[in-house]
Amino acid sequence: MRHEAYLYLTMLAFFGLVAVIYWFTSIEDSGTIMLAASALLGFLPGSYFLWWSRRMRPRPEDRKDASIPDGAGVIDSFPGSSIWPFVLGMGLALVVLALIFGIWTAVPGGALIASAIIGVTVESRRGGTV
Amino acid sequence: MDPKGKVRLSSTLYLTFLAARFSFVTAEPEDLTVPSERGSARNSAISKPHRSRGALALAALVGAGVLLAGCNLPAYGAHHGSTTQGHDTFKLWQGDVTAAIVVGLIVYGLIFWSVFRYRRKRSDNSMPRQFHDHPKLEIVYTIIPLIMVLVIFYFAVLTENNVDAVSSHPDLTVKVTAFQWGWKFHYLGKGVEVIGNTQHYPQMVLPVDQPVKIILVSADVVHGFYVPKFDFSRYAQPGVVNLFDLNVRHVGVYRGQCSEFCGLYHSEMIFSVKAIPDSQFPAWLAQARTTSPSHLLPGAPVTPVPPNVTPRLSTQVP
Amino acid sequence: MTIQQERVEVLLPEEHPHHAEPTGLLKWMTSTDHKVIGKNYLYTSIAMFLLAGLMALVMRSQLVEPDNTLVSFQQYNELFTMHGSLMLYLFAGPFAFGGLANFIIPLQVGAPDMAFPRLNALSYWLYLSGCIIMLGGFFTTGGAADFGWVSYAPLSEATNSPGAGPDMWILAILLTGFSAIFTAVNLITTIFYLRAPGMTMFRMPIFTWGMLVTGILILLAFPVLSAAMVMLFADRHFGTHIFTVQGGGVPVLWQNLFWFFGHPEVYILALPYFGVVTEILPVFSKKPVFGYKGMVFATIAIAGLSTSVWAHHMFTTGVVLLPFFSLMSYLIAVPTGIKFFNWIGTMWRGHLSFKTPMLFAIGFLIVFLTGGLSGILLASPPIDFAVHDTYFVVAHFHQVLVGTAVFAGFGGFYYWYPKMTGRMMREPLGKAHFWTLMVGFWLTYVPMYALGLIGMPRREATYPAGLGWTLWNQISTVGAFLMGASFIFWLVNIWISWRNPIPAGSDPWEYGQSLEWFTTSPPPHHNYNKLPPIRSERPTWDYYHPEAPKVERNGKQVIPALVGASSGSPDASNGPGAAGNGRSGGGSNPPEGHEDGGPS
Repeated sequence: MRHEAYLYLTMLAFFGLVAVIYWFTSIEDSGTIMLAASALLGFLPGSYFLWWSRRMRPRPEDRKDASIPDGAGVIDSFPGSSIWPFVLGMGLALVVLALIFGIWTAVPGGALIASAIIGVTVESRRGGTV
Repeated sequence: MDPKGKVRLSSTLYLTFLAARFSFVTAEPEDLTVPSERGSARNSAISKPHRSRGALALAALVGAGVLLAGCNLPAYGAHHGSTTQGHDTFKLWQGDVTAAIVVGLIVYGLIFWSVFRYRRKRSDNSMPRQFHDHPKLEIVYTIIPLIMVLVIFYFAVLTENNVDAVSSHPDLTVKVTAFQWGWKFHYLGKGVEVIGNTQHYPQMVLPVDQPVKIILVSADVVHGFYVPKFDFSRYAQPGVVNLFDLNVRHVGVYRGQCSEFCGLYHSEMIFSVKAIPDSQFPAWLAQARTTSPSHLLPGAPVTPVPPNVTPRLSTQVP
Repeated sequence: MTIQQERVEVLLPEEHPHHAEPTGLLKWMTSTDHKVIGKNYLYTSIAMFLLAGLMALVMRSQLVEPDNTLVSFQQYNELFTMHGSLMLYLFAGPFAFGGLANFIIPLQVGAPDMAFPRLNALSYWLYLSGCIIMLGGFFTTGGAADFGWVSYAPLSEATNSPGAGPDMWILAILLTGFSAIFTAVNLITTIFYLRAPGMTMFRMPIFTWGMLVTGILILLAFPVLSAAMVMLFADRHFGTHIFTVQGGGVPVLWQNLFWFFGHPEVYILALPYFGVVTEILPVFSKKPVFGYKGMVFATIAIAGLSTSVWAHHMFTTGVVLLPFFSLMSYLIAVPTGIKFFNWIGTMWRGHLSFKTPMLFAIGFLIVFLTGGLSGILLASPPIDFAVHDTYFVVAHFHQVLVGTAVFAGFGGFYYWYPKMTGRMMREPLGKAHFWTLMVGFWLTYVPMYALGLIGMPRREATYPAGLGWTLWNQISTVGAFLMGASFIFWLVNIWISWRNPIPAGSDPWEYGQSLEWFTTSPPPHHNYNKLPPIRSERPTWDYYHPEAPKVERNGKQVIPALVGASSGSPDASNGPGAAGNGRSGGGSNPPEGHEDGGPS
């Protein structure tokens, strides 16, 4: 966890520094804002990881001497095949197209999105497949 | 306030900062050959003496190359720069390309050497030595490129300040307006305006050896004022007023063109710059005032005109 | 059903008999397996690459002689816009972080799948709809977008570029942008949370590091692009005036926003491919990566600097801080130089064998070096003034991007194709592909440098005779067709490997180092039935080559702390259905049996 935190905190430090330099030397504002936002993007996950890294025992993947059985057990729960990402993707594409071709494509698109949201929730609860 | 002023101010700040560094920078290649460096190199896993000595020689060579910029270096295919500003750029170009070629040859040499020297023999199933890292060597080849780019940057800033310098009291100021798809050259205070489009390419007549201030604006989208033989281009943008000087060195006609893509007939947005002796310039102005070389009325609404692709008219530059 | 994936030491016979995975079209549509999605990404992005390549050939044909009328001005403008958009948004990025990374990263860190499999599938569908919508622009009445892939406002505003084609382009960028963000989140989470025990951050392969840093760059860059696209769309349709000077807007803001995305994007397209090359070189040199930590820090440094150099694309606007951006751009040369020296150090005193992936990797080194050196020239503002928006710049970024996305990208394709499909590609055809591409490459782009220096601007639909441009353009066109032809070898190669398969073992390159060469080709469902102990950044090598000399760190030999490695070959535990196994010598004592037991 520590190295993950340091990676993001390096971002915070670097972009913070560059944002300050840029603010005092440049002649436009958008760059400063984007650099400062980048620094924030480093701060949020970086501080989270650092906070946790101080409060948890190193995970097997953080330890140089960990052997494979140290990580035995349930890793995570992975969904099986699912049609809902496809439905959601097509729904989003249709809704987006409504911005150009008029509201009528948003109707089937919205229906697809709604069904995908319901479908994926039900699927996750039941642990079911397609 | 004038944005350009602030840019130049910052350039100067950077320059001062670097000028302080520069004495250190030029001294660096020699200083690096300290005995301890060589001593440790002998024991290293990789044949480091070759590498680090080569790198030092490289740094010295590049430094010398950049310092000699513009003396007797080849042009590397570029225009020599027909304005004083463009000529400065050209000299920088010569130095930078020389440095790039030196660096390139060394790195290519190392790549090809590894490829040809260390090719695996068909029957050879032995294992090579497994060296993993060598921090000292890595630091050396971090520092040397750093010094090199700082040297190159120093010269870039010097040249940039020359190229971007704008004279405060120019003899002649021309306001250049780019539009889809043509150019308008307005000689401020002289009562002369030249307009051209894709059917009649406009020509900007300038006196030679005189600093001419150009005010560059755009009427619609982003265009690029680009004269290849001046080694110079600048965007014409809506909402931005760009100022720069042209100081043409030689009499002649120079082809120019829009460089930033600006719509359908971008490739027909051609103009030319004609440099005439200073003594003839007042006569040209007088004649232009009466006969008005522009076939369009000054200030006429600008409408896109499809180009006349064949035959190409006017100001065809050899 | 939901599978509780477990890491196990021993073989679980037929672990998932209960659920019948769908096959055929339904499999393609419903799979959440990172390997299937990764392959979908690869197929789609390569289709986009071939289409964009064809567009390039049409453009080169148009430029073969002065005042040519093969295509109209309008068609030419659409062609170069779509060529750039397809190559940059829909090929080079998705090929790396959607295709290669999706397939390889979970394998390299020892994970059963990506962290969010359904999100992964969703990002593919968004990407695919983005592709379709962008190409759909060609079928609208006004034609496709025609304002260049950078779509500088106000040229891209509704007054200058009306029609549905540009709108579809904007929305396609939005969709693929979100797809990229989702993929980046997925990759970062996978790398942070699903690594195998012992796989510390500093034991991850450099490709994984490259993708991790790329993921962070995507999180920095793509939201800015999406925001800019939303603003542009609002300008076009909802009456805002963000980029129009008449309404009080600031057109230059577009360039700042776009390039704040655009320059990190260049490295989003480069860092993964640097990683690919860093995977290939050690395997075919039989050595570890030289300067592993230097490589990692160089990757991070490049990423950081690349986000602070955006305005070097705007040197000629006259409204940016030239010295700042020039210095930052120059500084990128330093970490890139470290990478180059480390790549050379990796080959140094190795035993190099020149299989197709290695050829492509070395091709990348040569090509990218030239592109990089011309890039250093362009970082100097005055020189940029002289050649900005000319073919010099075109040659520069094509050398860089063809070097990364094509040479390194297809090197990676050749390298991992056996792992993805379980089949070998044919070496002679691969070599023919490489040499044709290499010759065509130099013929195409060296004339472009010359053209730029004598003043030919880019994005020109046609040019007049008598300027000395014709001959250079003709050479360039010949080269472009040669490059195009080289991909015929590649297609034939795939066709042959499909019709007449040669099974690839788990490690067809014999000296595979990272974890993915430990499992079967193609990997079983959820990737690993057994993992080797991870004691360095090359666990597979440590397991199979204990006879190799000890690793030298800082000139001193260190003993790899490899314990418990010799408890039988992993082959015994490989799942069913794997297309053969190259480690035929692998019995209970793999090290001795290995050298002569590799695949031919």
